[in-house]
Amino acid sequence: MWSRFATPVGMNRRHFMSHMAGAATMMGASLSLGHSLRVHADTLKKNRKSCVLLWMGGGPSSMDIWDLKPGTDNGGPFKTISTSGDVEICEHMPLMAKQMHHMAIVRSMSTREADHNRGRYYMHTGYVPDANVDYPSYGAVIAHELMVQRPELEIPPFVSVGGASEGPGFLGMSWAPFSVSSNGRVRNLEMSLAKDRLMQRQIALKTIEDSFIGQKRGGVVEDHRKVLGKTFDLLTSAQMQAFEVDKEPKEVKEKYGENNFGQGCLLARRLVEAGVPFVEVDLGGWDNHQGIFRTLENDRLPVLDRAMASLTEDLEQRGLLQDTVIVWMGEFGRTPRINADAGRDHWARAWSVVVGGGGIKGGQAVGGTNEDGTEITGDPYSSEDLMASVCHALGISLETTFTSKSGRPMKIANSGKIIKDLFT
Amino acid sequence: MPLAAWVVLAGTFVPGAVGAEKPGAVTLPPQVEKIDLAMQAGWADAGVKPSPVEDELKWCRRVYLDLIGRIPSFEELAEFAKDKAPSKKLNLVQKLLNDDRYTEEYANHWGTVWTNVLIGRNGGMEDRTLTDRSGMQKYLRDCFARNKPYNDMVYELVTATGSTKPGTEGFNGATNFLAMKVNEEDGTQATAAVSRIFLGLQVQCTQCHNHPFNQWKQQKFWEFNAFFRQTRALRKFVAGTRDVDHAELINQDFAGEGGRPDQAEIYFQLRNGLTKVAYPVFIDGTEIGKSGFVEQVNRREELGQLMMQSPFLDKAIVNRMWSHFLGYGFTKPIDDLGPHSPTSFPELFEELSSDFRNTSYDLKQLMVWITMSQPYQLSSRMTSNNETDDPSQGETPKFSHFYTRQMSAEQLFQSLAVATQANRKGSLEEQARRRDEWMKQFVVAFGTDEGDETTTFNGSIPQSLMMFNGELIREAISTDPGSWLGSIAQQKGSVAEKVQILFLTGLGRRPRSEELSIANQLLVARKNDMGGMLQDMWWAILNSNEFIFNH
Repeated sequence: MWSRFATPVGMNRRHFMSHMAGAATMMGASLSLGHSLRVHADTLKKNRKSCVLLWMGGGPSSMDIWDLKPGTDNGGPFKTISTSGDVEICEHMPLMAKQMHHMAIVRSMSTREADHNRGRYYMHTGYVPDANVDYPSYGAVIAHELMVQRPELEIPPFVSVGGASEGPGFLGMSWAPFSVSSNGRVRNLEMSLAKDRLMQRQIALKTIEDSFIGQKRGGVVEDHRKVLGKTFDLLTSAQMQAFEVDKEPKEVKEKYGENNFGQGCLLARRLVEAGVPFVEVDLGGWDNHQGIFRTLENDRLPVLDRAMASLTEDLEQRGLLQDTVIVWMGEFGRTPRINADAGRDHWARAWSVVVGGGGIKGGQAVGGTNEDGTEITGDPYSSEDLMASVCHALGISLETTFTSKSGRPMKIANSGKIIKDLFT
Repeated sequence: MPLAAWVVLAGTFVPGAVGAEKPGAVTLPPQVEKIDLAMQAGWADAGVKPSPVEDELKWCRRVYLDLIGRIPSFEELAEFAKDKAPSKKLNLVQKLLNDDRYTEEYANHWGTVWTNVLIGRNGGMEDRTLTDRSGMQKYLRDCFARNKPYNDMVYELVTATGSTKPGTEGFNGATNFLAMKVNEEDGTQATAAVSRIFLGLQVQCTQCHNHPFNQWKQQKFWEFNAFFRQTRALRKFVAGTRDVDHAELINQDFAGEGGRPDQAEIYFQLRNGLTKVAYPVFIDGTEIGKSGFVEQVNRREELGQLMMQSPFLDKAIVNRMWSHFLGYGFTKPIDDLGPHSPTSFPELFEELSSDFRNTSYDLKQLMVWITMSQPYQLSSRMTSNNETDDPSQGETPKFSHFYTRQMSAEQLFQSLAVATQANRKGSLEEQARRRDEWMKQFVVAFGTDEGDETTTFNGSIPQSLMMFNGELIREAISTDPGSWLGSIAQQKGSVAEKVQILFLTGLGRRPRSEELSIANQLLVARKNDMGGMLQDMWWAILNSNEFIFNH
């Protein structure tokens, strides 16, 4: 990637060289642009895959959305509705009900992290927080693995929309989430500088960078160079049009919902179409310790329902759903018991996530919970298992092992087991 | 300043000044030697050798960044280079800590660091917030300007009452720490923040259940929580409207959940559904009176007193400060001192902590110990004898070389102001407001009730885009009349002299020959437009890793 730092795409190199013959020698390394991968680009393009993670910050009450217990003490006021699949979901998700034949509900998630920060980290990485190793998140891992399918991609392979996601861990800052607001606006992108002048600055910068990097000042310094290279790519890339979500027709914007999450999901669709392997869209506000049913019915569920259903439907209509995995999850579920403030508290022992696309068998529920929703029935599934299943659906080998610079091996998805029922 | 004067000053950067200092010629506090001996023993045990001592000018840059939050100006660097005294390093540290010239910057820097610790980078900017960010900053700046003993500051933050907003009756900026943390969810956020920040005890996970890796049990969490039950933040409205103007933090009688104020208990639920009772009990088991009447027992004041006795208070702050200066603490994360957290240099850590208590919690003294110690003098260049000492790869930090790290966004903001001689106009409040406003673009909230947040100013693409192209950088490289770069361009002098000033100012070193040669070629490409060339070079310097990193 760093070679791009010296030769940004779309620049007139010859023009600049005529001015700066002396500088040209420094660019020797950059001339070997020819990626061997490029040869196979056409084949790879045909089966390129993507993942969209819908992240529900705060820990949504999955038993009020995907695994209802109507009529029980814990069940709350919501009723179920039937769907296009072989499952029932919450009555306040009518649009998703029509898409459920594409989606599978994993109803027996059982984890142990009921703190927001720990839960967010665990669900994003497959590892519990560890003071000694900084694990890479879903987005970094998947982008890292799938980038090989798309050497032509100039926009960052891991885009985080309207939220924060988790970092790249030991994979380094060049795999960090590229955070944009849900309207796709990228700050400070417009650089009103002639291209050859930008390139001249780039060469001056590279000269200063190189001397410092040569002095063994640590991995963060080398990462800086990679990030600079990607930034130069962005500045000059026509692919950045994918972010212009405002250019969508009004009715499309309305269909997704004219709110941050709706527009974020629409942006996610555009990014998948542009070939971005991993997009995370953030919808917070699920930490409902008080007045949960009012919040869900009037606010969170309508927002979620429109956007998630539109995304699913659009990807399917464009023939992209078979190669795109959609994951819906938060850091944990919420207590079956309704508390004194008409809310639910943190509960990791029995909860649901939803996955679909990428060859996952939709319309079904995998696993389940007991009558009052307090315990799972059947096999428990973990963050690792979910991550392994998503990787599998994306065609990433579970034998993949990362090695940190200190030589510590890390199995992808922390050796999780594929949730078999999703694929049969 | 005319260019000629700059050039004369530049002449004071004589290479080879390193080594002029004779060890032993300077009297240092005994803690410095204590640190050095412990480190040397640790290095020997681990089979690593420390990197050589860093070049003086780079050390100077480092100490400015860490003590007052910005790089030194060209003149300040020259002043340091000129000093030939054996005690020049100590002189500099003392100057930055105690000279009136630096009091405001010192206080502003540490006020900012602590504002972020106490209320986060987003604190005071949330919807329906009760926090007054400027009130928090004002209080903290005052603490650091007066070098208030650390324990007094903690006591005040934990027990504060009064108004959050400057200019209102009964204003007490310290109230802003707890204002947003006491009302919702029975003060559980106040519980978690006080124990984590000041005692290094992470209890948030034990709120709902016993944690397998934590010495704290659920009972303890609620016992600690009981100390906050007399506290409320009252909303004060703008006259005649429903808009919240500020908040007032008060203590009020707590009736207890059992309805007996003289035995004001709280209830919490075990995971098996069983309900249990808790009264205020400190982490070491000390109980206080059970009454909920403030006149009989002021629970937060009792808590403050108990915290003052706790050795965790000393360890938490020493760890935080060590990490501020050396990049990593003795434990990772720094605010987790539980028995499950592996500790490097445990004896040294214990001793420094008790020494800090014994020197009356004087933060400036602690800063002298650390900045004058051997690990803080070392180069950030790794050698083949210490490459394995890389905490970013999961190794326990051994501090055998200085860990290169990114400047914080605030450090960068202040450094750009210095590096470009941009007028630091306006009151401290105004400067802080402008900086906070600029910071906002990098802060992302996580959407939980606890207000968790992260920053994208961390070496990723949004940061690079800002440095390539943001308003701050466009100001910094401006050659408009009256600008710093413009005045250098206008004056007589050689290309080499001008470029040298840029490199010394930005990076604390002279340009290398290849960098000078680039400058000359850029001048040709710019058709002899000196201002344009300087702009390009200055842009490249400010964007380089060597500028962005503290090293």
